[in-house]
Amino acid sequence: MSSFSTLTDAELVRRCRAGEPGAWDELVERFSRYVYAVCVRGFRLEEPDAEDAFQEVFTRIYTHLDSLRDDSALRPWIAQLTRRVCLDTVSRGKREQQTENPVPEDTPADLDAIEEAFTVREALATLPEQCQDILDRFFARDQSYRTISEELDLPAGTIASRIARCLGKLRNELEGRSEPTSESRE
Amino acid sequence: MSVTVELERLGELLRLLPPAPLGWVQAAQELPLARRTLDEIVARAEEDLAFREALVADLERALEQEGYEPDRRLVEELRARLTDR
Repeated sequence: MSSFSTLTDAELVRRCRAGEPGAWDELVERFSRYVYAVCVRGFRLEEPDAEDAFQEVFTRIYTHLDSLRDDSALRPWIAQLTRRVCLDTVSRGKREQQTENPVPEDTPADLDAIEEAFTVREALATLPEQCQDILDRFFARDQSYRTISEELDLPAGTIASRIARCLGKLRNELEGRSEPTSESRE
Repeated sequence: MSVTVELERLGELLRLLPPAPLGWVQAAQELPLARRTLDEIVARAEEDLAFREALVADLERALEQEGYEPDRRLVEELRARLTDR
């Protein structure tokens, strides 16, 4: 965990603008899964389009960070940027291929779920590191009980109960939060 | 997010955000360095006519000769910047 990982988005933006070493790395780390999911799952882009879109999003973030008026609105700004880049990629693909295959337009159901997933990850980041690690390995990285047991040097028989316990903590964290405000969404 | 959260739903949502490929993340993290490199090359091309001509003639080769790694993104962006000027 970097020293920047506990910063608010607004503070992180300020440090990125100041060119503080490590701040940009944290910004990329914080939003890379989200941007990746929107490109690959939300818009179903395939490589190399997905990778180009991913890099284009971060290039635009980097070059236009100064134009962000409200530093705390980083997330909706990145969400909007990512969707725009993905839509451009889809449109370009349509023009180039002139295919009759249906190209996904904006797919709100997936995108809404990705937004919700990002909120869950923000809550996950507040849990003890062991919980973050085990939940990330099992769900996001799709690791088996056996792999988790071997890599974390934990008895295999305790993995399921640890996951359940950590999920409970995550639920408590989310239930302790209020409904997301409209500013946190597009 | 509803204030009552089903554990199963939480698992599904966690699955929606797998890590991005490491190489993609690293490339994005290296953007500041890449931008500095790009700016440095463009500035030099503006001051050094021979260097600019070498870039225009064969971009990849000129970059390699000067010790720059001519990766695709750098080459594309540089080409765009050089034709803009």
